[in-house]
Amino acid sequence: MTLASNPVAEREQALMKPREGGVRSGRRWVMPVVLTVISLIWLFPLLLALVNSFRDYAYTAQNGYMSWGGFTLDNYKNAWSQGDFGLHFWNSLLITVPAVVLTLFLSACVAFVVARFSWRFNLALLGFFMAANLLPPQALLIPVYRMFRAIQVPFWFSESGTLLNSFQGLILINVAFQTGFCAFVLSNYMKALPKELYESAVIDGASVTRQFFQITLPLCRPALAALAVLQTTWIYNEFFWATVLLQQGDKYPVTSSINNLRGQFFTDNNLVAAGSVIIAVPTLVIFFVLQRHFVAGLTLGATKG
Amino acid sequence: MASKRTFKGIDHLTGRDKIVVSLMVIVPTLMVLWLVWLPAISSVLLSFTNWDGIGPLSGIKSVGLQNYKDIVTIYPPFWPAIQHNLIWLGVLFFIATPLGMLFAVLVDRGVAGTKFYQTSIYLPVVLSLALIGFIWQLIYSRDQGLLNAITGGTTDWYGDPSVNLWATLVEATWRHAGYIMLLYLAGLKGVDPSLREAAKIDGASETTTFFRVVFPVMRPINIIVLVVTFIESLRAFDLVWVINKGRNGLELISTLVTQNVVGEASRIGFGSALATIMLLISSVLVVIYLRIAMKED
Repeated sequence: MTLASNPVAEREQALMKPREGGVRSGRRWVMPVVLTVISLIWLFPLLLALVNSFRDYAYTAQNGYMSWGGFTLDNYKNAWSQGDFGLHFWNSLLITVPAVVLTLFLSACVAFVVARFSWRFNLALLGFFMAANLLPPQALLIPVYRMFRAIQVPFWFSESGTLLNSFQGLILINVAFQTGFCAFVLSNYMKALPKELYESAVIDGASVTRQFFQITLPLCRPALAALAVLQTTWIYNEFFWATVLLQQGDKYPVTSSINNLRGQFFTDNNLVAAGSVIIAVPTLVIFFVLQRHFVAGLTLGATKG
Repeated sequence: MASKRTFKGIDHLTGRDKIVVSLMVIVPTLMVLWLVWLPAISSVLLSFTNWDGIGPLSGIKSVGLQNYKDIVTIYPPFWPAIQHNLIWLGVLFFIATPLGMLFAVLVDRGVAGTKFYQTSIYLPVVLSLALIGFIWQLIYSRDQGLLNAITGGTTDWYGDPSVNLWATLVEATWRHAGYIMLLYLAGLKGVDPSLREAAKIDGASETTTFFRVVFPVMRPINIIVLVVTFIESLRAFDLVWVINKGRNGLELISTLVTQNVVGEASRIGFGSALATIMLLISSVLVVIYLRIAMKED
């Protein structure tokens, strides 16, 4: 490996070295200590919840959270049954998966057209979608709520008979809100693909459909993966629309069902902690397993690749 | 039919291609038009009416600016909500965002263990705000919370209207700083290293280099971070809704809109006027954001 052949890496190395330990080598320990302290402060609330989710309520009620001991798994058993997590995880799955798939597909369509063809209205089109992504959802609540309540759908489509109280309605609204962000990210990604690919495809007589499915989509796999991870987390975490558009508690996805853990007259905080951990597990698993994609997805939107 | 096509450039489309391309644009467009833009326009129009949400649409009467007048004069939670939104913005802007930027700069220096620091700080970002409100209950709860156990106090951190906004803002800051760090870190990685090098050769200190060289070239990301901060403080909702549905010291514009709609005794025209105020503020931010995000195109 010849360093000289890679001037960028070389320069980076030269630059990293003196910056690494701070200005003076005597203060080399400062930065790690500061960062460790910050990290521990940031992790503290999560660790507190994790530890106490394994502790008996009677024990901590008597000895306080500053104590140590009274470990049990009962909180998880109780939280699971009281929170009816089996049902709510199923609901979350039924909402999140179609919403993410549909969002990615529709935004890929828009992005493809914007990136593939140089038309004048492209920028306006992208702006139309992106602005929708940024509006405060609460400001649209009244018309959406009324509209969903008024729209009759056949019972085979939704048991409630209207779009209100139906997963389909919630999925649609999530898709409508998220398409803008994904279309923006994907269009930037697609614009970086070489035009020659399409040129040879057109000469070979490939239709637009084939170009989209067999050239563009496979090449966008990294961006699609990043967005899928991000969108799964966001839609799983989505609270507002699910809470107001699904009015029966048994239809709530996990994030909105969180209040089930709160007792009517008193709250068992250790139970709440166990429930919180259960709710957090899917996002944490996604995060730790696919961290690279998660970070990439968030930053793709802000910095153009 | 098109068996013997001649190459006319890649933008040339056959009849079937035209239909496909049109569908690819029209379907998503109609959907967003229907579920985002139509409601947005309806909110604005309804805000000039007195609709109670029960009578037929034909019974709607225009009342001009009456709803707006009522909001600013005889609707008690409005001014507190505005104040709370502004405080929210102030805290995110002056504390959370700079904190996130600082973390990004520290993490970017590449000391050993960067991965651990980075992960710990943005871990809260993957959790929903609703969940965060619950997790912090362990710290804030009056009878068993950690905070009261340590200080020996009896403050109800979520219930007492003189402190609950600040308690909530600690949580919001905890999450927001991680988010900003992530955005900023990506920006820092994109800064041309030769700029830093040149500053170093000229004898500039690290602080000077950051404020005089790195910060100015990161202008686009600075503005995006700024707009994200504004939008987040305008959209703040989940956290206060799980705590107490935005009452008793935690009123925000977003919760007022929601309270006026959900439930049968809804005041549609009135709630829409509140929604329109939100839309007005956000549209300014949206325009700024779009101009930055699309500048390079």
